[in-house]
Amino acid sequence: MSSLKIRSAILSCVLVFSLCAIWEVLTRQDVRSGELSEYEMLMGGAVPEAAVPPPSAVLALAWEQLTDPFYDKGPNDKGIGIQLGYSLYRVLSGYVLAALIAIPVGFVVGMSPLMYGALNPIIQVLRPISPLAWMPLALFIIKDSETSAIFVIFICSIWPMLLNTAFGVANVRKDWINVARTHELSSLRTAFAVILPAAAPTILTGMRISIGIAWLVIVAAEMLVGGTGIGYFVWNEWNNLDLTSVIFSILMIGCVGMLLDLVLSGAQKLVQYSE
Amino acid sequence: MSRSFVEVSGLGKSFPAKNAVPVVVYDNVNFALNKGEFVCIIGHSGCGKSTILNTLAGLDEPTTGAVIMNGREVKGPSLERGIVFQNYSLLPWLSALKNVEFGVKARWPEWSKAQVREHSVRYLNMVGLDHALERKPSQLSGGMRQRVSIARAFATQPELLLLDEPFGALDALTRGVIQQELVKIWSETQQTVFMITHDVDEALLLSDRILLMSNGPNAVVAESVHVDLPRPRQRTTIIHHPGYYTLRNYLVDFLVNRSGDREGFGPGAHPRAVNPLSQDSPSAEPEPAVTTRAIKQLAVS
Repeated sequence: MSSLKIRSAILSCVLVFSLCAIWEVLTRQDVRSGELSEYEMLMGGAVPEAAVPPPSAVLALAWEQLTDPFYDKGPNDKGIGIQLGYSLYRVLSGYVLAALIAIPVGFVVGMSPLMYGALNPIIQVLRPISPLAWMPLALFIIKDSETSAIFVIFICSIWPMLLNTAFGVANVRKDWINVARTHELSSLRTAFAVILPAAAPTILTGMRISIGIAWLVIVAAEMLVGGTGIGYFVWNEWNNLDLTSVIFSILMIGCVGMLLDLVLSGAQKLVQYSE
Repeated sequence: MSRSFVEVSGLGKSFPAKNAVPVVVYDNVNFALNKGEFVCIIGHSGCGKSTILNTLAGLDEPTTGAVIMNGREVKGPSLERGIVFQNYSLLPWLSALKNVEFGVKARWPEWSKAQVREHSVRYLNMVGLDHALERKPSQLSGGMRQRVSIARAFATQPELLLLDEPFGALDALTRGVIQQELVKIWSETQQTVFMITHDVDEALLLSDRILLMSNGPNAVVAESVHVDLPRPRQRTTIIHHPGYYTLRNYLVDFLVNRSGDREGFGPGAHPRAVNPLSQDSPSAEPEPAVTTRAIKQLAVS
């Protein structure tokens, strides 16, 4: 088992290394030799054409950024840590708000067939709406771009949590409910002592899907609202035609997304049970 | 008139059928349980044994009739009636000990943690599971799970214990061991037990009285057979008792030949009390006509 893990880790490294090597070779810029032409002297020796940077350049930038992630040199030059921090703050605020509403409502929907019948059509209409479609309305009503971004995260992460909670609660085994009934547990105690632990793995699946979607959406939302955040940073560096930074931030988005997923999959393992 | 501990009177259950007369599972079922008695109920599948048990538990509502326990009508589940389900119904996210503590805490909410634990451990010891307290149900074998379930039910010390085919899913060897444990716990606690079984030998080993149900639909409790075998009973020695096969053949004969015969026990009748051992001479031990295995198969088919 562990030997399999080691072998896949080695293979993984080999794959990444060879891809980077190919990328490096393809993007290698000819080193100018000899005298600069008059035009080049006027341009200060700059490269006349933008090109995809080689991985070595990305690595160099990554080192530079990661050794000092929290510097702040004005609105257009903040460290990667600060940008990611803003994005995480927005994602987590919207996500926590969504969880606070989705899990109790999902509980009610799952436990009451009446509420399920009443709310299901509404949910089914609202659920497929792209979260960014809410942005204009949110900006108009809330009149604050920061809060609007949080609202967009809220609205996109609420549905998977709500539906999974409702599904998990509705499908708790009848036997376990009967165990609670024969032990004369109150509805509230039944909800906390039996239904919640029984539905917890399904609820956490919903939470895991939600955090993934929220992290996808924040990049797009920040490109729209601007100001701070990793999404804004990507767009800003594109405007600067700094492709090295763009590639570096793309990788950072991936890493943070993976960490968020790891945290929730860890939480999921804690509540997982096998029958 | 002295009332029995549990009285089941005029109990009926029917399910509405689409554009037809409702399906009557059983109608006018009457019987009584005395305090401290171990009663088994035997009948073919579909005669409504489980529904009767669920009605006694308060999990199911009868269409007609009522269950009276201690002079009060059974309305809804209660801690006074403990149940052991065939599929164990343990909470899989809790350890064996926590599953028993779940019941104990519900029964005595005012108890301290240490008290709850000590009481639960004692009952898990009784079923021989003191070595597996911290294991989750998924890490236990079927027999061990059923032991936890039995410990949970006995630990809450209900006035009436309902067992719904508790050994149905176990292999014969495990079943034998747990049956013996059940006899032991029951003789220590003297609780009233009502149990569904398909196994004639199991019923004879455990019960004071066996209720025989006719085939459904429109099933009734036809006879109440007194099991006049001395206690304590052992699986290995009970079969050598001179009356054992008389009783056994009587039961198998009912299940195979007479349970479908509706004439003998029409609705409204109280179960006929029978004591096969007082009618026949105990010394005349009839040879089993068929092999044990064949009888078992007949009895459960």
